[in-house]
Amino acid sequence: MKQSGAVGRLATLRLLAQRFAFVSLIISAVALMIVGKADILLIERTRAVVADALSPILDAMSRPAATVAEFMENVRELANLRAENARLKAENGRLQHWQTVARRLDSENVVLHEHLNVIPDPDPAFVTARVVGDLGSAFGHSMMLNAGARDGVRKGQAVLAGEVLVGYIAEVGERASRLLLLTDINAKLPVMVEASRTRAILSGDNKERPKLNYLTGTTTVAVGDRVVTSASGAAFPPGIPIGQVASTTDGIIRIEPFVHRHELEFVTIVDFGLGGILPFEKPPVPERRRRGQPAE
Amino acid sequence: MKPSIWVRMDTWVRHMVPISVTLFLLLLTAIPTHLPGFAGVAPVLPLMGVYYWAIYRPDLLPAWAAFLVGVLYDILAGTPLGVHALVLLLVQGVSAGQRRFFLGKSFMVAWWAFGLLAAGSAGLSWILVAILSGQILDPRPVLFQYMLTLGLFPLLTWVLARTQMAFLKDV
Repeated sequence: MKQSGAVGRLATLRLLAQRFAFVSLIISAVALMIVGKADILLIERTRAVVADALSPILDAMSRPAATVAEFMENVRELANLRAENARLKAENGRLQHWQTVARRLDSENVVLHEHLNVIPDPDPAFVTARVVGDLGSAFGHSMMLNAGARDGVRKGQAVLAGEVLVGYIAEVGERASRLLLLTDINAKLPVMVEASRTRAILSGDNKERPKLNYLTGTTTVAVGDRVVTSASGAAFPPGIPIGQVASTTDGIIRIEPFVHRHELEFVTIVDFGLGGILPFEKPPVPERRRRGQPAE
Repeated sequence: MKPSIWVRMDTWVRHMVPISVTLFLLLLTAIPTHLPGFAGVAPVLPLMGVYYWAIYRPDLLPAWAAFLVGVLYDILAGTPLGVHALVLLLVQGVSAGQRRFFLGKSFMVAWWAFGLLAAGSAGLSWILVAILSGQILDPRPVLFQYMLTLGLFPLLTWVLARTQMAFLKDV
């Protein structure tokens, strides 16, 4: 009987230890949230290291998935071949006209540039990266790319698909980085409406179509207007296309991006040599000096 | 008699199966599917893994493993750190605590209980993310994500049950 009492005590102790472990894990989860909210460097480094470690696995896993997706796409394209052909013919007719216009404007532009001695924009450096991770979630829109600090990727750099801006770099690891899409709830970007040069802030809210906020002036925005980056904030060069106005109901203007999330497979990370968007950057802490010690 | 080293290694590897499978589910969620609109509402597969193993083998997927999976989920998904760690931890705790209720019950009961737990976890993550990001999120994607997760539950449970039968029948 004595022994069973000891066993019972042991079981109680074990249960207590389990409870204690569980409660301490809950506390550490809450602590993680608070510390993560404070944005300390350690957390950011940890995130980057873990993302680095997982990116080769994700890279290997995403390749067959890409093949399957490509196959499905082929099947879908075959089914719509006729309609697609008709659409492309119509579009080609329209574009022919635009080509003529563009040629004329281009030659005019060259002449004007020469007359005015315009300094050309520097050619930006870029790297092309594959989307290796897209953890779909209702709580955030971001993707993992297989290029990191060793490839020259820096926080805040623009990410383009073709000529279209899709987001910017939010976290950088050694060989992986996180692309924050413009639709994410944390993404804010200075933009302008191309035709009227009205400036505004594009802010995502985890929906497919981000909102256009804080418009300057009283100009009206119409459905179909193109939205491009603006030079405000010296983040990105002006004029990179983003999308077009999709709806203006109830005073809320929503933008349909030119490139959608599911279409992203390879993206270009561009270094325009400007500040870029630095989402979580704080001003540097002033260097501490001992009294009497001269500054370097 | 002590079992030989090979037997012990074999048992050890088999005991790693629940954690590995749950981690694999996590990575599976992270693969780009290139389906229009799917990424915003992709089902939370690790949630099902944590729920299943917490009921049928809580010794092999303890609370710290659920916590670890949650932290990895947060890092991969870019959600505020700790949100899914807490959610998965609570799911593990609740289902492991109530496992006696499930044993021997029909599949519909397990599905119904998962529906309740998944709703609770979706609601909790929604509240936590809203608090941490300081903005109200649109609840509709969360609702769709919940429905998809619930709809995939039978399929995934079948796969997980098969896995359990194959690797952990007598260890």
